[in-house]
Amino acid sequence: MNMGIVYAIAYIVLAPFVGGFLDGVDRKISARMQRRVGPPLLQPFYDIVKLFNKETISVDSSQTFLLLTYFVLMLVTGVMFFSGSDILMCFFVLSTAATFLYFAGVITSSPYSSIGAQRELIQMMTYEPAVLLTCVGFYLAAGSFNVNEIASTGTSYIFRLPGFFVAFVFILTIKMRKSPFDTSTSHHMHQELVKGITTEMGSKNLALFQITEWYENVFLMGVICLFFVNGSITGLVISLAVFLLVYFLEILIDNCCARMKWQDMLVITWIVTFFTAGVNLVILMVIR
Amino acid sequence: MASFTVPFLIIFPFVSAVLSYCTRINKLRNGMSYISSVIIMAVTGLLFVQWCSQGAAVTEIYYETHTADRVILILEIILAIYITVLSFRHRKYWISLLSIGPTGLIVWFELFGPGLKETARIRIDHLSMLMCLIIGIIGSLIIVYAVGYMHGYHHHHRHLRDRRYYFFTLLFVFLGAMYGFVLSDNLLWIDFFWELTSVCSFLLIGYTHEPVAISNSFRALWMNLLGGTALAIGIVYMGFYSGTVSLHELIGLGTGGVAAATIPIALIAFAALTKAAQMPFSTWLIGAMVAPTPSSALLHSATMVKAGIYILFRLSPAMAKTTTGNMIAFIGGFTFLITSFMAIAQSDGKKVLAFSTISNLGLMVACAGMGRSETIWAGIFLMLFHAISKSLLFQDVGATENCLHSRDIEDMHGLLYILPRLAFFMFIGIAGMFLAPFGMLISKWSALKASVNEGNIIMVFFICLGSATTSFYWTKWMGKIISASHLKETQFRDITKKNELISLWIHAVLMITLCLLFPLLSHVYVNPLIEEMFGFYSDVLPTQILLTLVVIIGLVFAVPLLAFLYSRKMRKTYVLSYMNGVNAGNNMKFIDSFGEQKTLWMSNFYFHKWIGQRKLMGPSQFFAAAVLVVMMSMIIGGVRI
Repeated sequence: MNMGIVYAIAYIVLAPFVGGFLDGVDRKISARMQRRVGPPLLQPFYDIVKLFNKETISVDSSQTFLLLTYFVLMLVTGVMFFSGSDILMCFFVLSTAATFLYFAGVITSSPYSSIGAQRELIQMMTYEPAVLLTCVGFYLAAGSFNVNEIASTGTSYIFRLPGFFVAFVFILTIKMRKSPFDTSTSHHMHQELVKGITTEMGSKNLALFQITEWYENVFLMGVICLFFVNGSITGLVISLAVFLLVYFLEILIDNCCARMKWQDMLVITWIVTFFTAGVNLVILMVIR
Repeated sequence: MASFTVPFLIIFPFVSAVLSYCTRINKLRNGMSYISSVIIMAVTGLLFVQWCSQGAAVTEIYYETHTADRVILILEIILAIYITVLSFRHRKYWISLLSIGPTGLIVWFELFGPGLKETARIRIDHLSMLMCLIIGIIGSLIIVYAVGYMHGYHHHHRHLRDRRYYFFTLLFVFLGAMYGFVLSDNLLWIDFFWELTSVCSFLLIGYTHEPVAISNSFRALWMNLLGGTALAIGIVYMGFYSGTVSLHELIGLGTGGVAAATIPIALIAFAALTKAAQMPFSTWLIGAMVAPTPSSALLHSATMVKAGIYILFRLSPAMAKTTTGNMIAFIGGFTFLITSFMAIAQSDGKKVLAFSTISNLGLMVACAGMGRSETIWAGIFLMLFHAISKSLLFQDVGATENCLHSRDIEDMHGLLYILPRLAFFMFIGIAGMFLAPFGMLISKWSALKASVNEGNIIMVFFICLGSATTSFYWTKWMGKIISASHLKETQFRDITKKNELISLWIHAVLMITLCLLFPLLSHVYVNPLIEEMFGFYSDVLPTQILLTLVVIIGLVFAVPLLAFLYSRKMRKTYVLSYMNGVNAGNNMKFIDSFGEQKTLWMSNFYFHKWIGQRKLMGPSQFFAAAVLVVMMSMIIGGVRI
C-alpha cells in the first residue's frame, strides 16, 4: 500500500515530464523520418510555457472548467492505476474523463470543434470493447482486477494474453490520436477538420489539454508494461524495452499512414478486437 | 399490523380509481389524486416501517382466503370478457383467444383441478418490499406529475376528447395491480394481477384513440397476453405435478433440482420476457410511446416492465446453471446489445428513452438469468437507479416537449440556455443512466466479473460491446444539451407546472441521495436481500472497491464544481469561433457562397442507414424468436446440454 502511494506521487510529479519528453522524441523521430531536422527535444515544454504566458482567449466560458475536470479525472485514473487499485475502475474513470473532453469540444458549437468532438465520441465507442476485454483478460489470468495483485504474481502475462496485447496496441493508436486513426484532431492545420476537437482551445486551455494528453500517454504505457512486469528486474527492463518499442511503432505507423474514415476505423478495430482479444478470451476461458 | 396495510395498499388504489372515474370535475379530481397519492406513499412508508420494526423478516399472511380467491376468479373472468368485447369491436378477433384460453384454463383448474396445498397468499420479503417502495414513491410521484401534465396536454391537443377521468382511473388501477403483483405469493393471484397490468397498459397506450395508438395498443396486448398464456399453462402444470401454486415453493423445488419444476419455471420466465419487452417482444414498448408521457413514465419506470424483472429476479436462484437460465441470460444480453445499437440511430427523445429502457432491462434480465448472487446484487441496483432516472427523464422530456413543441434531441440544442431547469433535470437523469458514480458503473463491473466467473463468454462480449454503445448515445445527448445555442431564450417559455416541478425535484434529490448512500444501501438492504434469496452471502463489493467508489463519487461531484468556481474567476477575452473567416458577427451565423447569412446547425451522428430500427429490428426479432423457440422446445422436451 505504501509503495502504491509512492508510485502514485511519482506519477503525478513525473508523468508530465516523461510524457513531454516522449512527445519531443516523437517529433524528432517523425522529423527524421521525413528528412527534416526537427525541433529540439525540449520543444514541447517550450510550447507549454509559451501557451501559459499567452493571453487567455476563449470562445465559451465553460470550456476551461470542462477541461479542468478532464484533467483532474485523468490524474485520478493514473493515480488509481499506479497505486494499484482496480483496473476496470481505472478505465471507467478514464471514460468519464473522456466524456468531459467531449463536452469541452461540443460546448462551443463551433463547426470544426464539434466535428472533432463527435469523432472523438466515435473513437471512444471504437476502443472501449478492446479496453474492457483487456481488463477481463487480466482478470482471467491473475484472478483479480486489482493492479497490485496483477503486477505481483511473479509471471509475465504476455504469454497468456498475446491477443489482448495486440488488441490493446491496436487501439493505442486511436487513444494517442495518431494517424491513421487521428480522426478527432490532427497534427496539421489546413485539413478537412482543421484541428478538430482542439480547434477552439486557446492558450492555457490548449496547454491543459496537452499536459492531460501526456498524463494519458504515460498511463497507457503503464498498461502496456503491466503485460510484462513480473516483479523481477528483468521483467521491468523488458517491459520498459517493450514500452519504447511500442512507442516507436506508434510513431512509425503515424508517419506512414493517411487518415482513415471513421467508418473504416470502427469496423476494422472491432474486427481486430474480435479476432485477437476475442479469440484469446475464448481460449483462456476454455482452458480454465 | 401488516394484515391491515397490505390489503389497504392493494385495494385503496382501486377505490381511488373508482372515485376518479366518477368525478368529472377536473379540479376536484386533481385534489383527490394528490390526496390519494400522498396516502399511498404514506401507507407504503408505514408498511416499510412496520415490517422493519418486526425485524425485516419474511412475513407470510392470509392462508385461508376463499372469498378473496372467488372474487379474484370472478374478476379474472370479467377481464377476459372485457378483452374479448374490445377485440371484437376492433376486429382483432384472434386476440380474444389469448385471453379466453388461459382464463378458461385457470377457471377450470381452480374449480375442477386437484386439491392444492394451502399456502400464504401474501408474502413480504426484502425484494417485494423494495418493489413496493419503488411503486409507492415513483408511481405516486408520476400521478402527481400527471395532474399538471394532462392539463397542458389537453390544452395543446384540442382535437382529442378530454377523458382525464379515465386516464387517472387507469393509473390508479395500475398501481393497485402492481401492489397485488409484487406482494402475492400465490401464483393464481399473481396471474390475475399480471393480466390486469397487461390490460391497463393496453388501455393506456390506446388512450388517444388515434389509429396508430389503437394498433400499437393491440400489439402490446397480444404480446403480453401471450406471456399470460405461458404463465397460465405453467401454473396449471405445476398445480398438477406438485400440488402447490406457491411461487416460493416453486423456486425451492427449482433450486433443489426437482425435474417437475423445470417446465413451470421456463414458462414463467418466458412470460416475464414478454413483460420486460425483451427481444423478440420489444416492439410493444416502443409502440407504447404514443401514449401521453405520464403513462410512458409509469410503464417504463415503476410498473409493467419492472414486473417482468421482478419475477425473473425471484426465479433466478432456480434458474442458475440451467438451460432456462442460459436462455434468459442470452436473450437479455442480446437485447442489451442490439437495442443499444438501435438507440444510437434515434433522434426522437422518447424513442431513445424507450430503446434505452429495453437495453437496460436486457442487462437486468441477463443478470437474473446468470442467477449468481453478485449478478442479482448488480441487477437490484440497476433496477433501482433505472426506475428513478427513467421516471425523471420521461417526465422531463414530456415537460420539455410542452415548452419546445418538439421532443427531437436535435431541437434540444443548447437546452441549458433555453430551459435551464429542465436541462438540469435531464442532465441528472442521463448521468444516472450511465455516468461514473451512478448505478450503471458498479453494476456493469459486477456483471462483467460474474459472467467471467461463470465462464459465459458470449455474455462478456455482450457487456463489453453494449457498454460502449450505451455510453455513445447518452453522451451525445448530453453534449447536445450543453452546446452553445442559436435558439434564443426569449423564443420559448418554461411553462412547467408546479406539480410537475415538485415531482422532478423529488426525483433529482432521490437520485443524488441514492448515489451518495449507495454503499450504505448495499450493506443495509441489498446484502440481506441476497442472503434471503440464496441462503448465503458473499461480499460482492470488496472493501477496496468500496473505498475507490466513495472516492470516485466524491470526485465526480466535487471536481466539476471546484473547476467551475475556479474557472469563473479567470479573466478571459472572448473571441469568435473558427469558421474559415466566414463568420457573420457571432458564432451562430455564417455567410454562405451567395453572400447571405445562414444559421449554423450542428447535428449529431445517428447512423440510421446502418443501424436504424428498420434495418436491425426485423432480423434480430427473427433471431431471438428462433433462439427462444429452439430453447423452449429443448427445455420442454427435456434435452440437457
